[in-house]
Amino acid sequence: MKITEQQVGYVAGLANLRLSEEEIARMARDLDGILSHMEKLNEVETSGVAPMAQVLYEAGETATLRADVPGETLDNAAALANAPLSGAGQFKVPKIIER
Amino acid sequence: MEISRLTISGIQAGLREKKFSAAELAAEALRFARSENPKTNAYLTFCDERALAAARQVDERLARGEEPGALAGVPMAIKDVISTRGVRTTCGSKLLAQYIPPYDATAVERLEAAGAVMLGKANCDEFAMGSSNENSAYGPVRNPVALERVPGGSSGGSAATVAQGTAVASLGSDTGGSIRQPASFCGVVGVTPTYGRVSRYGLVAFASSLDHIGPLARNVGDAAAVLQAMAGRDGRDATSAFAPVPDYGEALVEPVRGLKIGLPREYFEGLTNDTGKQIERGIELLRGQGCEFVEVSLPHTEYAIACYYIICTAEASSNLARFDGVRYTMRSAEAQTMADMYRMTRGEGFGAECKRRIMLGTYVLSHGYYDAYYLKAQQVRTLIARDFQRVFEEVDALVAPVSPFAAFKLGEKLDDPIQMYLSDIYTITGSLAGIPCMSVPCGVTGEGLPVGMQILTRHFDEPGMFRVAGALERAGG
Repeated sequence: MKITEQQVGYVAGLANLRLSEEEIARMARDLDGILSHMEKLNEVETSGVAPMAQVLYEAGETATLRADVPGETLDNAAALANAPLSGAGQFKVPKIIER
Repeated sequence: MEISRLTISGIQAGLREKKFSAAELAAEALRFARSENPKTNAYLTFCDERALAAARQVDERLARGEEPGALAGVPMAIKDVISTRGVRTTCGSKLLAQYIPPYDATAVERLEAAGAVMLGKANCDEFAMGSSNENSAYGPVRNPVALERVPGGSSGGSAATVAQGTAVASLGSDTGGSIRQPASFCGVVGVTPTYGRVSRYGLVAFASSLDHIGPLARNVGDAAAVLQAMAGRDGRDATSAFAPVPDYGEALVEPVRGLKIGLPREYFEGLTNDTGKQIERGIELLRGQGCEFVEVSLPHTEYAIACYYIICTAEASSNLARFDGVRYTMRSAEAQTMADMYRMTRGEGFGAECKRRIMLGTYVLSHGYYDAYYLKAQQVRTLIARDFQRVFEEVDALVAPVSPFAAFKLGEKLDDPIQMYLSDIYTITGSLAGIPCMSVPCGVTGEGLPVGMQILTRHFDEPGMFRVAGALERAGG
């Protein structure tokens, strides 16, 4: 086994994802199969090979910076328009700090 | 006008000769698309008002004697992972059932500036994760060629609208094959341009180092025209390329005599089925046009799937973190605390495949595993990209199958994620290398199912790719 149900529960916590008992069991099975397939990469000799962190970039380092002038931005109402709950120009969320 | 067979050049001629106005065309296209849609479920949303307004603008430009734009009046479907201002954009997810973007993707903005008429939004796998369009929260799309089969994915709706004749062209997105594979399954042309060629501003991000926007169309010329209208630097996407955009229309009529084309050995091993036969037929057609073929090797091909599913899930787990119950429409009704709001909203909102990928991505990035999985995959990605660099020193282009098989039946691979992932084997390598690649129809199997041939070229050599594609099409592909 590459991954146990207990580890699946831990990773789900990291991912802020609530999974049901059945989902955890199925997930452990699926991830185990997928991770076993990924073992294949260990066959490849990669010492000294640079990781491909950038796909393609053929321009100067600062070429993508725009001129420092104010541009168009979303106004407050547009930014909040999709919020499940908002008020006073803010996103509203459950209370975090108790008095 | 026979709406289901129109092409971009046909529309331009029709408008010029006043056979129809853009507004008449848009109204008829909307009527037809709505009436046909129940067969395939390819459209999720229609946007009549916006379509008719865009069409009226084209008519006004024509009335004033102005140039109406290269895509004037062209009815298009836009994949539902691409943001459209004021038009619901669900990403195929329950989580975004009510989401209405406050801005347009650059690609959409540019298409409309060229006169295109967006009819609506195309169904897709949830957040573009899937190879069959069965992962949509709004039900699967059926392949218009064979309704009991999948259209491919994740841009299944985009391919189906074009194949069904309910759009003249469409936009899809491709992360590991999501334009080419459905194009192949539905018998249309699909293009994944060079990484950075088309701005991704407004594309809901899945795996940022792999995501592309590209066109699907009924012929090579139409696909090239749509790409032409979108390509080029956009200051709102830092990864968009500065390279000048050449004239694709010129390229696709150039003769191919003497072109040297590589056949990657690894893509043909064991390809003994009907799909293989049709690819052979395509090769013979190109040989008849004067192309020379040589066998080449891309030795790291067998590692591509493992490499891809580490990188794409890692990036997805990070990109999808934004769907937290705060900003994007859905929040679990039962959550009392902040932590529960995150966990329950995501647990209720995401479908099974998204959860699987978020979990896999979180796992491979987690403490103690990063080097073994993510770093290793990035190193292997370098080797895969080098394989292509090396062969492009000897050949002008590569041709290969798009998929090891034609469209499969709905439900056939749904319960086995690894089998589903393996179906992307031939498209993933090009995505990892960031090179341009496309699918062009090259035959049908004995069962009447379309087979697409993949054409791959060097970074930014879309002209070379269109040149080969145009020759294959003219030869009867």
